[in-house]
Amino acid sequence: MLSPAILLAAVLNGLMTGAVYALVALGLTLIYGVLHIINFAHGALLTAAMFAAFFAHQLLGLDPYAAAVFLAPLFFLIGYGLQRFIIGPAAHGEDRNILLVTLGLAVIIENALLYAFRADTRTVDLPYAFDVVEVGATFLAVPRLVAFIVVFAVALGLWLIMRWTDTGKAIRAVAKEKRGAELVGIEVAHVYALTFGLGTACVAIAACLLIPSYYVNPHAGNAFVLIAFTIVVLGGMGSVAGALIGGLFVGVVESLSGYFLGESLGQISIFVMFILVLLFRPRGLFGERA
Amino acid sequence: MPRQFLPVSRRRLLQSTAAGAAATMAGALSAVLRAQAAPVKIGVLHPVSGALSYSGQQGRIGATIAIEEINSTGGLKALGGAKIEPMLGDAQSTPEGGNAEVEKMNAAGVAAIVGGYASSICLSASQTAARYDLPYIVDVGVVDSIVTRGLKNTFRFGPGFGIIAKTALDNLVTLNDQAGKPAKTVMIVHEDSAFGSGLAKLLETQLPERGFQILETIPHPTPARDFNTVVLKIKAQNPDLVIPANYYNEYVLLARTMQQQRVRPKGIYSVLGGAASSYKFVKEFPGAAQYIMDCNHWFDPKNPKALALKKKIEEKNAFYTYEVYMNYSCMLLLADAIERAAGTDRGKIIAALADSTFAGHVMPYGPTRFVDGQNQGAAPVNTQVLDNDIQVIFPASFASARPVFPMPRA
Repeated sequence: MLSPAILLAAVLNGLMTGAVYALVALGLTLIYGVLHIINFAHGALLTAAMFAAFFAHQLLGLDPYAAAVFLAPLFFLIGYGLQRFIIGPAAHGEDRNILLVTLGLAVIIENALLYAFRADTRTVDLPYAFDVVEVGATFLAVPRLVAFIVVFAVALGLWLIMRWTDTGKAIRAVAKEKRGAELVGIEVAHVYALTFGLGTACVAIAACLLIPSYYVNPHAGNAFVLIAFTIVVLGGMGSVAGALIGGLFVGVVESLSGYFLGESLGQISIFVMFILVLLFRPRGLFGERA
Repeated sequence: MPRQFLPVSRRRLLQSTAAGAAATMAGALSAVLRAQAAPVKIGVLHPVSGALSYSGQQGRIGATIAIEEINSTGGLKALGGAKIEPMLGDAQSTPEGGNAEVEKMNAAGVAAIVGGYASSICLSASQTAARYDLPYIVDVGVVDSIVTRGLKNTFRFGPGFGIIAKTALDNLVTLNDQAGKPAKTVMIVHEDSAFGSGLAKLLETQLPERGFQILETIPHPTPARDFNTVVLKIKAQNPDLVIPANYYNEYVLLARTMQQQRVRPKGIYSVLGGAASSYKFVKEFPGAAQYIMDCNHWFDPKNPKALALKKKIEEKNAFYTYEVYMNYSCMLLLADAIERAAGTDRGKIIAALADSTFAGHVMPYGPTRFVDGQNQGAAPVNTQVLDNDIQVIFPASFASARPVFPMPRA
């Protein structure tokens, strides 16, 4: 029953799924790399963005891909505002507090969504949702292929921003040496908020890529966040390339182990990998030494 | 953890919450005193948050509509027109969540609890309720051990696995025989908690006895993010029949992925398929839903009360799913028992439930008779999605259409 065609299909499928994981992880790793906190509100923000994409389609008739163009800046602003006016001030400079504030935000956002939209599962029916591209013996769904390409474009864009712009340099400076950055006149609070905004924008794009083939309910985002945490650890905290490659890798591992061990047991391999990385290479595949 | 972690000390916090609780209770008490007959509190327990929240919410709709109807038509007559006061609980899609709610409901003095939805929640919640002799009516939970543990307080109005699986298999054999036996091989896709695993185990022993070969059984977690791997496996083995047993979201994802990957077995025959007989699924994905068969809970299409309820639910912009009418029926069953017990004594309600012959429900069941907590009249029906509607195909006494099998090639 193990034919190369099936194996290829499983790997391709894993890459497609992994790309979206990577994008969610990208936002998370960016925030971690600079703010040195795990953003527990990441899943809730993803859910919120999925709702936004859903309603953009339902009420404004916007295609989710077109909506991404508006939602990414919108969620950038939301992320910026959250960090600048809520998380930052509420944390009083303590990392431990930031953690709790993001956890609190997650609870608030999720329950606000539950209150506003009830627990209904909502789906978007798009004309191209069932279109496929034939690759060998396997069919690749068009929405997943689009997601795959967009994720690479976003990762490239993010890398360019980080590498070549002054903002990117400031972000990297703050990540490396906060006090030093402050001394040369970089406004740390602003950079923190920028980073949080970028991370949230990633999530908004991920939401728009997910909605054509997934569903949204007030808990939909959580399914992706645990995986994203694993990817961040695997790829190296704060590494853009690590998140991308880690995401693809986890996607393939999940797909293959799902195929060989079954969907229930297959999940284990992701977390086994998580523990192994923590044991033998705690800084992750692409992480820099602290 | 440093000592000054909380700005409010633990003692202060406890004091203030206790004061708050006392104030709420005093408020509730005065409300009781104002009313003519003391309202009867009933626990309405569903997983309205977490992975099962859609089903939980639907169940809550059914239960609360029944309560509204009872209250607006004079309340519980044997108790001087006492109104039913629902105490809504959220099991958060976990057995522990269910337990916590049962404890709260018991402390609040409910007369009985209806709900649970998932088998795993029903199992633990009813057990907790049993400690307080608190009557517990299982709304859906189909695992047979729910009623075989000897718990006196636990009643299940709907059918359990045993009877559902038997009916499903009998009807599957009939269906296959009528079509000239086109189906020989089967793959089972099931979710991996008590419900899906229990069902899969049952099917694994019984399908081979009836001449079907099981190619593979694939478990998956709830929630599952992706079904491409599962569908790949199905594609590789090319079974005649696919039998999914999972909850709504996963069922829809599976069916959509199968449509996307152009996997078309001769039939998709679900047993308690989460979405297979759901109007929501049929409306939102008519292409993926077409021809899917299901053996599941269903309302009596010939009962005017069931149709009136359908209209009422659809007017509320909700879908008429099995959670709704099952909870509706369970709540009416309980109200009837409380009427006959003529009070809220838990022992008397349990006794009244045990000899219930309640007929005012909306299900296509035989006469109500409880043996060890299981309603012997309960039975599932077979449905099939045909032309954007859900038709009953078995049993003949309720059927509204003839089955289409094997699935026509697109």
